[in-house]
Amino acid sequence: MKLKFLEEKLFKILMTGAMLTVLAFVVSIIYSILTKGWGAMSWDMILKLPGGGFYIGKEGGFLNAIVGSVYIVGISTLLGLLISIPVVFYLNIYLKRRSQIAYIARIAYDVLFGIPSIVYGAFGFTIMIYFGLKTSLLGGIIVITLLIIPIFIRSMDEVARQFPREILDASYSLGATRLETIRVVLRQIAPGIATATLLSVGRAIGDAASVMFTAGYTDSIPTSLSQPAATLPLAVFFQLSSPIKEVQDRAYAAALVLTLIVLLLSVLGRYITNRFSKHKLK
Amino acid sequence: MMTIRVLKDKTAGGIMFFLTLSSMLLVVIMGIGLFLKSAPVFEEHSLGELLFSSSWKPMRGEFGFLPFIMGTIWVTVIAVVMAVPVSLLTAIYLTEYARPVVRKYVFPALDILAGLPSVIYGVWGTLLIVPFISGWLAPRFVDFSTGYTMLAGGIVLGVMILPLLVSLFIELITSVPEELREASISLGATRWQTTKAVVVRAVLPGLVAAVVLAVSRALGETIAVLMVCGNLPEIPGSLFDACYPIPALIANNYGEMLSLPLYEAALMFAALILFIVVLLFNLVSRVVLYRIEKTFS
Repeated sequence: MKLKFLEEKLFKILMTGAMLTVLAFVVSIIYSILTKGWGAMSWDMILKLPGGGFYIGKEGGFLNAIVGSVYIVGISTLLGLLISIPVVFYLNIYLKRRSQIAYIARIAYDVLFGIPSIVYGAFGFTIMIYFGLKTSLLGGIIVITLLIIPIFIRSMDEVARQFPREILDASYSLGATRLETIRVVLRQIAPGIATATLLSVGRAIGDAASVMFTAGYTDSIPTSLSQPAATLPLAVFFQLSSPIKEVQDRAYAAALVLTLIVLLLSVLGRYITNRFSKHKLK
Repeated sequence: MMTIRVLKDKTAGGIMFFLTLSSMLLVVIMGIGLFLKSAPVFEEHSLGELLFSSSWKPMRGEFGFLPFIMGTIWVTVIAVVMAVPVSLLTAIYLTEYARPVVRKYVFPALDILAGLPSVIYGVWGTLLIVPFISGWLAPRFVDFSTGYTMLAGGIVLGVMILPLLVSLFIELITSVPEELREASISLGATRWQTTKAVVVRAVLPGLVAAVVLAVSRALGETIAVLMVCGNLPEIPGSLFDACYPIPALIANNYGEMLSLPLYEAALMFAALILFIVVLLFNLVSRVVLYRIEKTFS
């Protein structure tokens, strides 16, 4: 056989191997989290607050972390949407296609997207000290909002950039202003906004390094913005570092909850993309 | 009537411009904030001393970042060396060889990998990778290892950057026009020869930029690496030594940083190092990737 066909065969095997390796990692991660977490799971875990002696292996669950995460992620996502939707419209409708400002802005958001969450955490912490805030729900919300804004903008912008220019022109030619044209665009990129939201929620709920600094950790559910709040990733992290087996088990259960949430978001995102991209004007 | 509509349009534009500008300026504000916060540490230590001294004794006011810098570099190098070949081959397979049905199942799997939180990778690392190293791999090379090692950090980090690398590679490879491939195939080249000599060569700068981007992602990963790499402030001597990357340093010590003089400034300096390196890497690679996107579209 000629050398080039041998080479072809060899690399085909290598490539298949590489792909199977990647898949094996996915399966191994999901499988180990599911089996380990399932064994430790019970209704108490997700329905109860930590009781007395919780950290030496006694009664209780991590409802505090679930509620804390929901608060932080929910409010940050809303704030993030409020800030990033106007930005995306500004970049794509108000600015011209080859605008320098848009180019610089896109690079700026790419860079912000790349900045590690621990740096966001450290930066958030300095802001909080500056304003005299302690670790609190508010601090966590601020930092997570800053963290997900670039994710929102980047993924919505990706969709908005594909938007056909002719539709804008059609709208303008009917006498609509740019602001009124947004309504036309909004309908078209709505699925994009939905998937961007799911992506940001996934990132926000899984991020530990930034909330560690800013939201702190507590055994109770926060009742005001100035109280500290527990979060799921930190519940996993802190409990896993305990030497006691019961406490570690709870970390696995919390990891299972976190993984299931993220998987659900991923499935939902895929569903939305498939379901709604059919009706999109090309 | 008309004027109100135009006025609305203009006001909305103003607000949007303000939001865009202020969110862009976050990069600058972040840099300035971290710099101001880390400034006190420069008053007593020179930059060279901070970066190249390996004595880390916060109690005595000695802040040598070399062990952490070396830890970060090593973990990142291990991760990239393992992840790049695997992800490049996977990306080529998915774009040039695989049937659509394969893609239909592999893409969601990659999505899942990309979406999993850092802490989950950490749990997986402690469940599988650490015991694997301490129980099976390490005894073949060294006398004793806890498993919480630089290698464990590198492996976990490598898996974490896989989906990013694969998706960047796929994007680049699909941007190569089909005609180039057809020309090569029609001259009698095999698929792999075409891939090697035409497709990969066409986007080579982009591939490098993608790797740089993945490196900058790896540099900042905190929790997962922190959970498996042992965290000893010494310069690691082998793959089976513990190491202590910069993000782990910040995350582990934020609690006590207000109690010691200059400690806070030193940790903020650590965050500033990360910020600057990641900023530069990102800027360069993004500009390169934008250029490539332009040449092919």
